[in-house]
Amino acid sequence: MIDYYPAAAEIFLATAICVVLLVDVFLRDEQRMITYWLSLAALLGTAACSALFFVDEPVTTFFGSFVADAASGVLKLVAYVAVALVFVYSRDYLARRNLFKGEFFILGLFGLLGIMVMVSAHSLLTIYLGLELLSLSLYALVAFNRESATAAESAMKFFVLGAIASGTLLYGISLLYGVTGTLEIGTLAERLSGPDGMGIPALVGLAFIVVGVAFKFGAVPFHMWVPDVYQGAPTPVTLYIGSAPKIAAFALAWRVLVEGLGDAHASWQGMLIVLSILSLAIGNIVAIAQTNLKRMLAYSTISHVGFILMGFIAGSDDALSAALFYTVSYVIMAAAAFGMILLLSREGFEAEQLEDFKGLNARSPWFAFVMLMIMFSMAGVPPFIGFYAKLLVLGSLIDAGLVWFAVLGVLMAVVGAFYYLRVVWYMYFDDPLDEAPIAAPGGMRVVLSVNGLGLLVLGVFPGYLLELCMRVL
Amino acid sequence: MESIYLGIVIAPLAAAIVAGLFGRTIGRAGAHWVTIVGVAISFALSLVVLKDIVIDGAAVFNGTVYQWAVIGDIRMEIGFLVDHLTALMITVVNFVSLAVHVYTIGYMRDDPGYQRFFSYISLFTFAMLMLVMSNNFLQLFFGWEAVGVVSYLLIGFWFKRPTAIFANLKAFLVNRVGDFGFLLGIAAIVLHTGSLDYATVFGRAELLDAESIEVLAGRQWSVLTVACICLFIGAMGKSAQVPLHVWLPDSMEGPTPISALIHAATMVTAGIFMVARMSPLFEYSEAALSVVLIIGATTAFLTGLLGIVQNDIKRVVAYSTLSQLGYMTVALGASAYAAGIFHLMTHAFFKALLFLAAGSVIIALHHEQDMRRMGGLRKYMPITYWTALIGTLALVGFPGMSGFFSKDALIEAVHASTTFGAGFAYWCVLLGVFVTALYSFRLLFLVFHGEERLDSEARAHLHESPAVVWAPLVALAVPSVFIGWFTIEPLLFGEFFADSMLVLEEHDVLHEVGEEFEGSAAFVLHAFTASAAIWLALAGAIVAWVLYLLRPELPGRIARRFAPAHRLLVNKYYFDWFNENVLAGATRGLGRLLWSVGDRTVIDGAIVNGSARGVAALSAIVRRVQSGYLYHYAFAMVIGLAALIGWLILRG
Repeated sequence: MIDYYPAAAEIFLATAICVVLLVDVFLRDEQRMITYWLSLAALLGTAACSALFFVDEPVTTFFGSFVADAASGVLKLVAYVAVALVFVYSRDYLARRNLFKGEFFILGLFGLLGIMVMVSAHSLLTIYLGLELLSLSLYALVAFNRESATAAESAMKFFVLGAIASGTLLYGISLLYGVTGTLEIGTLAERLSGPDGMGIPALVGLAFIVVGVAFKFGAVPFHMWVPDVYQGAPTPVTLYIGSAPKIAAFALAWRVLVEGLGDAHASWQGMLIVLSILSLAIGNIVAIAQTNLKRMLAYSTISHVGFILMGFIAGSDDALSAALFYTVSYVIMAAAAFGMILLLSREGFEAEQLEDFKGLNARSPWFAFVMLMIMFSMAGVPPFIGFYAKLLVLGSLIDAGLVWFAVLGVLMAVVGAFYYLRVVWYMYFDDPLDEAPIAAPGGMRVVLSVNGLGLLVLGVFPGYLLELCMRVL
Repeated sequence: MESIYLGIVIAPLAAAIVAGLFGRTIGRAGAHWVTIVGVAISFALSLVVLKDIVIDGAAVFNGTVYQWAVIGDIRMEIGFLVDHLTALMITVVNFVSLAVHVYTIGYMRDDPGYQRFFSYISLFTFAMLMLVMSNNFLQLFFGWEAVGVVSYLLIGFWFKRPTAIFANLKAFLVNRVGDFGFLLGIAAIVLHTGSLDYATVFGRAELLDAESIEVLAGRQWSVLTVACICLFIGAMGKSAQVPLHVWLPDSMEGPTPISALIHAATMVTAGIFMVARMSPLFEYSEAALSVVLIIGATTAFLTGLLGIVQNDIKRVVAYSTLSQLGYMTVALGASAYAAGIFHLMTHAFFKALLFLAAGSVIIALHHEQDMRRMGGLRKYMPITYWTALIGTLALVGFPGMSGFFSKDALIEAVHASTTFGAGFAYWCVLLGVFVTALYSFRLLFLVFHGEERLDSEARAHLHESPAVVWAPLVALAVPSVFIGWFTIEPLLFGEFFADSMLVLEEHDVLHEVGEEFEGSAAFVLHAFTASAAIWLALAGAIVAWVLYLLRPELPGRIARRFAPAHRLLVNKYYFDWFNENVLAGATRGLGRLLWSVGDRTVIDGAIVNGSARGVAALSAIVRRVQSGYLYHYAFAMVIGLAALIGWLILRG
C-alpha cells in the first residue's frame, strides 16, 4: 500500500495547477486577475498542506523514491514564499506590458512543483524528474515574451546549455547505477561506503554529477548561461530564476552529494573548492564592470553561489546549516533586489541600468532606503541578514581548518562590496536622471517594504531562522 | 540604603536629561528648576548618607548594583563603595554643585544657551558622583572620562569664540595624555590581578609589588610601582600637575560657574581623590610616592609664581588652584592622604567662593576680566568684597580659617615625612605660602582697593550683584571660615578615614603631627610659635600691600629690572611654546610625512587605487570571455568537465 500523505502538498499543487489551467482557458483578458488570485490561493493551499503534513522524522514513500522530512518541509515553505513574492511583484509589470497571461502563473507553479519534487527526492531518478520539470518550465518562461528577440536568444542558450547539463547529470547517474545497481539514495550511500565502493567509475560518475549541480547553481565555469539569461529574460522571470530555483539547487547538492555521496566528501570537496574560488573571483570581479543592474545581479548571484558552496565544502552538520541559512537569506535578498527593479519600471521603461537608480533618494527616500538595506545585506554589512549568512559559512570553513579559504572569501567579499555600495552611492549622491514618480501599486510597495525590512529584522534577530536551519538538517 | 545611593546619582542625571532634551519645552525657568531640584535631592540624600556613616556609624557599603558584562573572569559591574571618604566627597560635590546651580541663574541670565548649560552642569554632577562612589576601576574610568567630556563641552560652551574652542581642544588633548597613562595603569592592574574590583585588587597589593614587569628591555620593575605611576599620570592630567597643567588656565574660557564647579572644586580634585582611594596600592610603592611628592611640590611652587604676573582675574585664581592642587598632591606623596583630602575639602569651599566672587565682579563690570581696569570696588560691592576677603584669608591660611588648618597640618606632615624628596617638597610648600599670600592679596588689592581704574560707563552701572549671585557666596563663606576648626581633629587625627585609607606605620606622618595636637585652639597658638608658614603668609600680604597699594609704580620697575625672569613667568615657563611648537609641530610634521608618503602614495596610490585599477582592468578582460556565443559557453562547460575528471583521476 502506497502512503500518499507525505506527498500531499505535491499532489495538491498538481491538482490545483490543472484547475488554474482549465479556468484560465475560459477567461477573457480583463478577467485575468482571477488566474492571479487562484494561483496565490493554490500557493496558500499547498503551504497549508505542507504545514498540515509536516513531519519531524523522515518518512519515505513511493517505494523509497520520495521522502518527506523536516528539511524538505522548510525548504518548500521558503519556496512558496519566494514564488508568492514573484507573483505579487510581477503582476503590475506584466499588466503594463500586455504580458499578463495565465501562462506565466501556470509555468511558475509547474516550476515550483519541480522544485518540490527535487527537494523531496530520495532517488536519483526522482531528482532528475523534478529537475526537468523545473528546467522546462524555466525555458518556456524565459521565452514567454514572444515579441522580444533577446528573450528568445537567451531562452535558446539556456535550453541548449541546460540540455547539455541535464545530459551530463544523467550520464553521471547512469554510471553510479552501473556501479551500485541502485538509484535509491539511501541504498546508494550504503553500497558506496563498502570497501571498494568509490572506484574510478564511481568517481567519474561523481564528476559528471558535480557538473550538473554546478550548472544548476551557476558556478564557474558552468555559469555562462546566468548573465545572458538574467539580462535577456523579462524581469519577472529573472526574479523567478534568481530566487526559488536556488532552493532546488541547494536540495540537489544536498540530496545527491551529501546524502548519497557523503562518503566521497574528500573527492568532491576539492572540486567544489575550485568551483567556489572561481565563482567568487569571476562573479565579484566581473560584476564591477557591469552597467546593467540585472547583469550585475547575475554575477553577484555567481559570487553568492561561491559562498553557499563553502558550507558544502566544510561538510559538517553546522556547515550545512550555514549553507541552508545562506541559501534562504539569498532567496529573500534576491527577491527584494529584483522587486526593486520591477518597482521602478513602468510602461516603456525598464529600470535595469545602474544609472536608473541615480538620485533615487530624491525621488523616494523610503525605497532608496529599502534598496540600501538590500545592497548592504548582499555586501554583508551588519546588522543585515547577509552579514550573518557570510559569517556562518566563513566560520564553518575556519572550523574545518580551511582558514586560507575563509580569508580569500573575505577578500572577495570586499571586492564585492564595491559594486553594491556603488548602487548606494548612485542613489544618495547623484542627481536623478529621471524625475518620474514611482508608478507601482500600493500592495506591491507594502510587500516590498516588508521584504526589505525583513533583511534588517532577520539580521538583528537571526536566532530563530538560524535555529530552524540547525534543527532541520 | 542601596536605593538612596542610586537616588544620589540618578537625580542629577534625570535632571540633566530633562533639561537637555526637553529644554525648549520646559523653558528657561523650567530648566533651572528641574536641575536645581535634582541636585538638591542628591544633596539631601548625601547628607543622609553622611549622617548614616559618620554619626550612626553604619558599616561600609560595598556592593554591586548591576552587572554589565562578564568577559572571561573579568566582571564589569556598576557598584558603589560608600565609606567615610565617599560620604565626605559626595557631600562636598553636591554642596558646591548646588551653590553653583543657584549662582548660574544670575550669571547666565542673558545667555541663549541657558538650558544647555544647566543640563551640562547637572550631567557633570552625575559623572563626578559616579566617579567618587565607584567600587571598581571600570566605573571609575567611566566617571573619569565623563567628567572630562563634560568639562570639554563646558570650556567650549561659547563655541563661537575661537579661543574657547582652542582651550577646550587643548584641555581634551592634554587630558588624553593623562588618561592614556591612567588606562595603562588600570590595564596593568587587570592583567596582574584579573579583577576590576577595588577590594580584590587592594587585597593583592603586596603580591603585586613582588611581581615584576619589563618596561624597558632588561629593566625589571615592580608591577605595583609601574601601575601606580601610570595611575598617577592620569591624576596629573585631571588634577593639572606639571607638566600636564597647561590646560587649566586656558579652561577659564568657560563661563565662571564652571570654573568654580569643575576647575576648582570638583573635577580637578578627581586625581587627588583617586590617589587617596588607591592608598592601599600607593603605600607599598616608595618610588611611586616619591614621584607623587616631587611632582606635587614642583607644581605647588612653580605655578604659584605664575599667579603673580597674571592680569586676568580668573587666571590668577586658576593659577592659585594649580598651586593648591600641588599642595594636595604633596600631601598624598607624603602618605598624609587624610591631609590631602582635608585640604581638598576646605579648598573646594574657599576656591569656589573665590571663583564665584570673581564671577560676581565680572558680571558687575559687564564681562570685564582685566584687573588693570578694576580697583576700588569695595564700596560698590560690599558683600562680594567681604566674601572674597574671607576666601582670600582662608586661602592664605589666616589662623583659624579653614585653609589655615588644612595647609598647616599638610606642611607639618611633609616636614615629618621621610619619603625620598620630602626635604625638597617641604621647602616648596613653605615658600609657596609666601607666594600664595602675595598673589592672593595682589588680587584683592587690585580689584577692591586702591584707585578706581574703571571706565566711566562701567562705573555708572556698577552695583552689587543680585541675591542669586551673592547668596551662594555667603553660603560658601560660612564653611570657608569654620569647617577647618571643627573637622580637623576627626579627619586628620581621628579614625575618620580608617576604613577607606591605608597608611603603613612607617609612613604615618599624620600620627606624628597628631601627637602634638591638643585641640584646634592650641593648634592655632602653636602655629605662631613653631611654624614659619604663618609669618611667611604675613610677609606675602605685606609685600603685596607695599607693591600694589603703597607704591603701585614698583611692580613695573621690578619687572624691568628682572626682565628675563619676568619674561619666563609671563611666558609660563614656555610650556605652551614647547607643546605647540615642538610636540605639536613635530607630530604635525610626522603626520604630514606619513600622509604624503604613507597614505597618499602607498595606501591610496598603490594599494587602494592600484588594486581598484587592477580589479577594474581584470574585470574588463574577464568579461570578454562572456562572448555571447553559445558554442563558447558549451566549450567552457566541456573544458570544465574535462578538468574536473582529469583532476580526480590524477589525484588518484
